Amino acid sequence: MNQIDPDQVQVILATDCGSTTTKAILIQKLEGVYRQTHRGEAPTTVEEPFADVTMGVINSVTEVEELSGRKLVDESGRIIQPASGDEGCDIYISTSSAGGGLQMMVAGVVAEMTAASAKRAALGAGAIVMDVISANDKRKPHEQINRIRELRPDMILVSGGTDGGNTTQVVQIAELIAPAKPQPRFGKEFTMPLIYAGNKDAAPLIEKVFDESIDLSIVPNLRPKMEMENLGPARDMIHDMFLEHVMAHAPGYDKLMGWTDAPIMPTPAAVGNILQRIAKDKKINVVGVDIGGATTDVFSVFDKTFNRTVSANLGMSYSISNVCAESGMENILRWVHFDMDERELRNRVKNKMIRPTTIPQSKEALIFEQAVAREALRLAYIQHKEFATTLKGVQQQRTVGDTFSQEAGGQTIVDNMKLNLLVASGGVLSHAPRMHQTALLLVDAFEPEGVTHLAKDSIFMMPHLGVLAEVHTKAAVEVFEKDCLIYLGTCVAAKGLGKPDKLCFTFTLRGDTLNESGEMNFGDIRLLPLGPEETATITCEPSRNFDLGAGPGKKIEQEVRGGTVGLILDARGRPLRLPVDRPACQKAIAKWVDAIGLYPEPEEALV
Amino acid sequence: MAKAYTPGLKVTNRITHRCRRILPIDGEVLVEVGDEVGARDIVAQTFMPGDVIPVNLANLLSLPPADVTECMLKQKGDKIEIGDPLARTKGIFGMMKNTYVSRHAGTIEAVSEVTGQIILRGEPIPVQIDAYLAGRVVEVLESQGVVIEADVSFVQGIFGIGGEAHGRMTMACERHDQELTADLITEEMNDCVIIGGARMTYEAISKAREVGAVAVVSGGMDDQDLKDFLGYDLGVAITGNEDVGLTVIVTEGFGEIAMAVRTFKLLKSREGDIAAVNGATQIRAGVMRPEILIPLSEEEKAHEQESGHSEGLLEIGRPVRIIRDPYFGMIGEVGGLPAEPQTLDSGSKARVLEVALDSGESVVVPRANVELIEG
Repeated sequence: MNQIDPDQVQVILATDCGSTTTKAILIQKLEGVYRQTHRGEAPTTVEEPFADVTMGVINSVTEVEELSGRKLVDESGRIIQPASGDEGCDIYISTSSAGGGLQMMVAGVVAEMTAASAKRAALGAGAIVMDVISANDKRKPHEQINRIRELRPDMILVSGGTDGGNTTQVVQIAELIAPAKPQPRFGKEFTMPLIYAGNKDAAPLIEKVFDESIDLSIVPNLRPKMEMENLGPARDMIHDMFLEHVMAHAPGYDKLMGWTDAPIMPTPAAVGNILQRIAKDKKINVVGVDIGGATTDVFSVFDKTFNRTVSANLGMSYSISNVCAESGMENILRWVHFDMDERELRNRVKNKMIRPTTIPQSKEALIFEQAVAREALRLAYIQHKEFATTLKGVQQQRTVGDTFSQEAGGQTIVDNMKLNLLVASGGVLSHAPRMHQTALLLVDAFEPEGVTHLAKDSIFMMPHLGVLAEVHTKAAVEVFEKDCLIYLGTCVAAKGLGKPDKLCFTFTLRGDTLNESGEMNFGDIRLLPLGPEETATITCEPSRNFDLGAGPGKKIEQEVRGGTVGLILDARGRPLRLPVDRPACQKAIAKWVDAIGLYPEPEEALV
Repeated sequence: MAKAYTPGLKVTNRITHRCRRILPIDGEVLVEVGDEVGARDIVAQTFMPGDVIPVNLANLLSLPPADVTECMLKQKGDKIEIGDPLARTKGIFGMMKNTYVSRHAGTIEAVSEVTGQIILRGEPIPVQIDAYLAGRVVEVLESQGVVIEADVSFVQGIFGIGGEAHGRMTMACERHDQELTADLITEEMNDCVIIGGARMTYEAISKAREVGAVAVVSGGMDDQDLKDFLGYDLGVAITGNEDVGLTVIVTEGFGEIAMAVRTFKLLKSREGDIAAVNGATQIRAGVMRPEILIPLSEEEKAHEQESGHSEGLLEIGRPVRIIRDPYFGMIGEVGGLPAEPQTLDSGSKARVLEVALDSGESVVVPRANVELIEG
């Protein structure tokens, strides 16, 4: 990899090799500021008949070349480096989730403690966790061994025990894995990488358990003490193993690795990376979501703690049927403000599952698809909240004063009242015909409280910027702010419940373009115009049952920023409860749809 | 721009089809290149390592793990039968000894002094792979399996459940748009691949299973019927391992939908022939669709191959199927390919195409919402 002087960098090329599409973006320094200027995409070429990822990369870069007029690929089919005149780039980087991404199995002694920490480490490194094996996962040992035999992960992470503690149990876990002789997903000649990140005293015993069919790496314990996690070394080793083993065996990646100026990163790890940097730089709490066809990833940074979850079967095409099965059709239909035939809908859902690339043609189909998306996002966020917790199994010293607020370990650290920025990405959110739909999907599914900024990733650029941040932080942060995020606006929502049409909060807005005051009754939602780059100061006084961030009944004053949608004042209450009675629910939804202007008649449309 | 690419399902009278028959782990290939094989002939075999049973002797005999080795009555590598004494404690002054008698058969693979656990490995499990498709072996992949080639009539379905099966093709419906109901299934359809027309009902599939049919193929089915038949709601489209007594293949989609005329005619023309069918469907990462393969006889092979369009090319005049509401299931020809994106009723902008329906009507739909009927 080339030595890069950040000040000399003028042109950056980045690709993300997804399962189906390879996306390339070009970043150029224009008048002293880094901006994303062009993008291109092409089908990913990891699978037969091409079996060479670089073909898709070159195809996507060629599209950028054609659009920008800048020559980026030479006659031998290589990316031109460094930049000179109208040719080449100074930095080339890439992420990858092709071939299903990084798939891991993790194991620990206790499901809620070391196994949970191991899972957190794997997810944070961008992996899909296929299964978690632990001594108390309610399966019998032979069932666990059979499961390990069935799985074909890319690598295994084993943890267990605190340093200096009992060694027997973690060795017992290793003794389940060794005879199962897990087979890697790629390549017969490839030995299965296994990372041991458990009790350091057990490491010599673990070495004896595995033979040459396992490539064992030992890293510092990811849970050295009960009250402490140390996930960094395990995550770093996962990345190293990802490059050395998984990427090196995926078709064409050996070539691609020789081209890049930074190690290829799993796509979700890169997204997590950029969100953590933004949270740190701006000192804010962030939640990001990426809803795809098969899975939904949720990322959060609260009080500097990063968490990522992958809801493996919550998605909008391949997994749409599973969303309906998990949520129940009645929960999906509560977001639809007209009658639909359930039997017919079940068939439509399955047809989308088996033909995942189709798009809604009619407004009715769009409304139903967005109803499914609300439930997929809601369920994924519930799973995230359950996973992103304080450490379990920690002994806590209590005083008499704690008697009435005894908080056990394992409380979620996700606090919607503290959430400052909610970022959306993924087809159903990014490609909604109106950004108003994206905004309300986020508000309905995540139920932000207090004052929360809403944004979407314009062209799913976060992965590129996540890996760019590793080599050129300034460029990554500048592009993130100026081109990656499209601010939709701000949501101001009251926490609490009340009686319909009774006062929830009063508000006064002062700004250059928006000066208004009024009352919001319980059950109301309102959209006020506040455009991109515009800000205003809002003062709200909630009724005594409601909280906007300062406590029940306490006044808040805060700056809100506008966006392509505007300012949403939400007095529907938190938690958001929809009427159980179907006609009443339809009426409520219809009122909200109308208030936000979700589905206006298009001027000229195909029927 | 008058051309665009879109995927489609293959329905063809004649194609040279290859299938790979690969063992899950290395083993022995039993045939050679050039051999003619029948669908049920075994072409490769191996033995999977036996099941693993961990037995924690330290816990069972209340011993410190380090003492387990010296209490063992059998050693690493020894074969054990059910009822064999495995280990015995030393007791107190040689008295009150405890013996552990094995509840499992197998070979001792490991004894751990750290955990006091022994690992018993069961007998190797034989695995055999049949040819599935009657044809000629064209490639032997050493220790792994073979590639078999045959000239076949080939129909790809859109969704299926159940795995590989073979049987004689028999028609239950007379028309492509006739619903497949239970009264059309007869006892004579035992061991057959039953061909329906439009939607197949739950009662029809259940009856097919009762009479011992190996597979049912029809245009559509209700998701509710699939749920009732499987006994659970299918979440993701990864199928093939269902143990439901027969293979079910849907050629068009879910709901009230007739089989494409072309597919129906092709299947009808091969009535009485032996077909290899597989319901396995996988929509993610390496798409796999269910299939019906009907090997051609020598005289059929001599016929001219029908000329087709370029694969995947969406061009004027090509037959297409609309795969999304509000025109779901309708079949027609590409009538026009406007270059500019248009606003849909949903409010989205998308590239569209005009479809001249078989009914004579012309409709405009997003290009993403059609698939080619390949042939």
